[in-house]
Amino acid sequence: MSIAEKFYTMEYGAAPEDPKEVNQWLERHHRRFEEFIGGAWVAPASGEYQTTSDPSTGETLAEVAKGNTADVEAAVAAARKAFPAWQALSGHERARYLYALARQVQKHSRRLAVLETMDNGKPIRESRDIDIPLVARHFYHHAGWAQLLDQEFPNYTACGVVGQVIPWNFPLLMFAWKVAPALAAGNTVVIKPAKYTPMTALAFAELAMEVGLPPGVLNVLTCDAKTGQALIEHPGIDKVAFTGSTEIGRVIRKATANSTKKLSLELGGKSPFVVFDDADLDSAVEGLVDAIWFNQGQVCCAGSRLLVQERVAEMLYTKVRARMETLRVGPPLDKAIDIGAIVSPVQLETIRKMVDQGVAEGAKCWQPSNSLPEKGCFFPPTLLTDVHPAATVVQEEIFGPVLVGMTFRTPSEAAELANNTVYGLAASVWSENINVALDLASQVKAGVVWVNCTNQFDAACGFGGYRESGYGREGGREGMLEYLTPKWLHSLPAAPHAAVKISVPDEEEGFEPAGEPPHANIDRTVKQYIGGKQARPDSGYSFPVYGREGELLGEAPLGNRKDIRNAVEAARNASGWARTSAHNRAQVIYYIAENMIQRRDEIAHGLARAVGEDQAAVEVDLSIQRIFSYAAWADKYEGVVHHPPGRNITIAMPEAVGAIGILAPSEAPLLGLLSLVLPAIAVGNTVVAVPSERYPLVIGDVYQLLDTSDLPGGVVNLVAGRPAELAKTLAEHDGIEAIWCFRSDEEANAVRAASIGNMKQVFTNDGHEYDWFNPAQAEGRWFLQHATQVKNIWVPYGE
Amino acid sequence: MAVQPITSTNHAPHTVQPIPVILNGRTLEHNRRMPLNTDWVEAVRVNTSAVERRAATHVARRTVKKETQAAWLLRAIACMDLTTLSGDDSADRVRRLCAKARNPLQRHIVEGLGIEELHLTVGAVCVYHAFVETAVKALEGSGIPVAAVSAGFPAGLNPLAERVEEIHRSVEAGAQEIDIVITRAHVFNGEWQALYDEVAAFKEAAGPAHLKAILGTGDLMTLRNVARASWVAMMAGADFIKTSTGKESVNATLPVSLVMVRCIRDYAERTGMAVGFKPAGGIRTAKQATDWLALMKDELGRPWLEPSLFRFGASGMLGDIERQLEHHLTGRYSATYRHPIA
Repeated sequence: MSIAEKFYTMEYGAAPEDPKEVNQWLERHHRRFEEFIGGAWVAPASGEYQTTSDPSTGETLAEVAKGNTADVEAAVAAARKAFPAWQALSGHERARYLYALARQVQKHSRRLAVLETMDNGKPIRESRDIDIPLVARHFYHHAGWAQLLDQEFPNYTACGVVGQVIPWNFPLLMFAWKVAPALAAGNTVVIKPAKYTPMTALAFAELAMEVGLPPGVLNVLTCDAKTGQALIEHPGIDKVAFTGSTEIGRVIRKATANSTKKLSLELGGKSPFVVFDDADLDSAVEGLVDAIWFNQGQVCCAGSRLLVQERVAEMLYTKVRARMETLRVGPPLDKAIDIGAIVSPVQLETIRKMVDQGVAEGAKCWQPSNSLPEKGCFFPPTLLTDVHPAATVVQEEIFGPVLVGMTFRTPSEAAELANNTVYGLAASVWSENINVALDLASQVKAGVVWVNCTNQFDAACGFGGYRESGYGREGGREGMLEYLTPKWLHSLPAAPHAAVKISVPDEEEGFEPAGEPPHANIDRTVKQYIGGKQARPDSGYSFPVYGREGELLGEAPLGNRKDIRNAVEAARNASGWARTSAHNRAQVIYYIAENMIQRRDEIAHGLARAVGEDQAAVEVDLSIQRIFSYAAWADKYEGVVHHPPGRNITIAMPEAVGAIGILAPSEAPLLGLLSLVLPAIAVGNTVVAVPSERYPLVIGDVYQLLDTSDLPGGVVNLVAGRPAELAKTLAEHDGIEAIWCFRSDEEANAVRAASIGNMKQVFTNDGHEYDWFNPAQAEGRWFLQHATQVKNIWVPYGE
Repeated sequence: MAVQPITSTNHAPHTVQPIPVILNGRTLEHNRRMPLNTDWVEAVRVNTSAVERRAATHVARRTVKKETQAAWLLRAIACMDLTTLSGDDSADRVRRLCAKARNPLQRHIVEGLGIEELHLTVGAVCVYHAFVETAVKALEGSGIPVAAVSAGFPAGLNPLAERVEEIHRSVEAGAQEIDIVITRAHVFNGEWQALYDEVAAFKEAAGPAHLKAILGTGDLMTLRNVARASWVAMMAGADFIKTSTGKESVNATLPVSLVMVRCIRDYAERTGMAVGFKPAGGIRTAKQATDWLALMKDELGRPWLEPSLFRFGASGMLGDIERQLEHHLTGRYSATYRHPIA
């Protein structure tokens, strides 16, 4: 076409980024890459290689090692060997390495961007302007955390060796999100990039060699998912971090259920994109482009569920369709391309099937008229309307450039629809009214909420999900905590294998014959405490509780799964507790202490029969102090405001997790129970707690206190019974968001295994016996941290 | 109603075929005055941060290279209002400008690009009223219209009758396009009727001449004000809405332009009428030219790449474009002094 003709047509021509430098780099490696273990390139034990290709052309880029379990062994061994010296470095020394890595990423930014685009298929604009700059930013930010570690996390230490598995959608960025905090905190790393996209991780390993990162600190394994699982299961791994699908997240939960490995999971999503009728609709349309037509929609936090207020729905849909016509789908190395290639033929097929299914279920499908490249994995931007919450395409993550659109009438309906999902990763809210926007932001169950923007990321702002989108945060202070453990935790004694003599009758053997009934207690009836009321156990049974000398202390209600069901329902119905003011919660909790002071002697007297007079006195006195302590915390465990680049504030708010199931320890029947219940309710959670079998009668004292202290019914529910059995029901219950089990390893393992269903958060004693009498260990931030999850609300401003 | 495609006001013989003015499948008409609808003005929603983000990323999403780039730069010339608006303007300077307008590129560049048959000229020459006659004379036979800045340019604070009279005089002197400024205070005070009446009066005074309404976006300060003023000017019958005078502390920016073209789009969708857009002031480089063309193409489409619906107000940009085109031909970077000044 002549210039004169181009002058007439005014089409965009080709604007390819030159891949010459990257091809030369690949050639220098003879297009074959070994694994990076112990600071050197190591041939795979299998001797085999697999290929990785450019999804936009189908052409092979390079061969990479096919790692197997022998390589896992070697890598974990290298990381373990490197750990003591790496951890022993000063924060400053580690900061220098991280800074050098940040610099090195910047120096080679274009090579990394082009390589990423060739391996993954994402547009060069994105890898160049978003992925790689964020990688550098992440290493800079975490160089800072390394430098400040001793000052900012004085009581914490590294976890040890970290096993990390990352996805293919943001290969190097996810690599940075995993590696930077791990190294900053003093851990050593074995990381497995995704099979489709190993190249930038290998290129990064080369940069690590260039800056002289000590051998074994960072190890990169290229292997299949099965070998990846071997990495996760390896006993030499102390912490597992995973980003990927919820399905694989479950596999990882299962694989680590019998271990105390610290776990952070960043999983799938079906994030709502809510547009109110007072939004800047044109800007909301561009928001959608950034939400679902970014990275071909292969984004865990993609705003894939459009919820638009009825009054402006047609107008918005019309604008969206018009905008879709101007999206340019094509070769990702072209600098003027909006949508590149889907990562693999398999993923392309998955997207196709999902869209077909959506249409089969009644969705109206709209795709722009633009043509797609004939070769390579491409899928057009797609809008599905006439869909309903029951439709598969509304419920399930498509992980492609496919948007589903629904309408709502009222803000409360918007919140209901937004939260009508098993996921909770992100949300985007569009309104020119800050009250409306922040109101929804506070209601939506998601780890990240973007007001009038979407898919904004910064190393200082935590990122991570609620519900089945996983737990743990990446970025910021909360992200660092995922790679640290309290120093005192390691020095605690091991938890007893079997708890104290279990006086709860065995199901088969029935009750032991009761001894002499203690006359003093015969008239005292302890019931379950559910929804603010004393309730007889559903089973209609009670069980005898014995003292230290084997004497009968009284009878406790024998709870069963129905009591748990009722208690969970009561706990869920009491969720308004999270919205009461912190001052109000503090008052109620202080009042509990006040009432306990009044009844100190009576409670101590009863407890003494189970734990002896000395411990009973200390337990009650410390309980009063602990209650005061959490009343104090109630209005002081607060968030921070981040200042990410640009005119933005990001409000990092700790929010209650929800309904928490608690299995109290036996060491201190009263103090242990309260040490877990109080941090939970101080920050707004509701609780279903099971007292230890050692002295379950304690709930009778506790609920009388609660009853007289203005605590709303259902905030704390107490169910006595066989802890192991009740634990299973609690752990399996989808209405419970987190479960805390401070008992034996066996019980912790069972709880971990049973709680995979809704991916509930699990907090255990990690095989240690906590010292409940030591406030430095038994109260404060460590517990509050587990009682909350951080929601980051991005609020741009400017007129 | 018979549909009148808008043809170029640039009567240069290169016009191949008029580009039909279609937006999202709908053929549009010329803009005409319509009754003021303040609901549309009050309904304006502009999120500054989101607009800035779109403007910033759009530039990174689009680029043109090689022959396409050359073609786009030629397009920028065709859509250029070659302008001189200085206190020390002279008849000679205006004549020099007009000579450049007729032959914006050196012969060797035209031949090198193989675009002789385009007979490329700029879109218009833009001057103060005092030089309209000089320019009309200098451009005789070229088909290049003369645009006059008017209505108390640049502040717009003269008495209304004088401003209207000024338009009459410029049209009588041969100006085919009139670039007026609005009373910014009407926007600040929300006096939509007054603003509407003012622009409508200017439009009537302009008669057959095309009316470009300069909003003074640098003075209006906020993007919401820009959008509101855009709506009123369009309803009052402006043929073009234009960003700035070039005399404000901040002139044409991409965010301001994005807001204005979105208003043009919404207006077209609601009324079926097309309004042109002219960013002016601060656009000096070839790169900026292609950025703005890409914005017009993506937000409004191909018809808004015609001089009938899109103009750059610029003086220095042509020189940079000429240098870039020379580079395209020779592979060497050129120096400003090697190209005739305007």
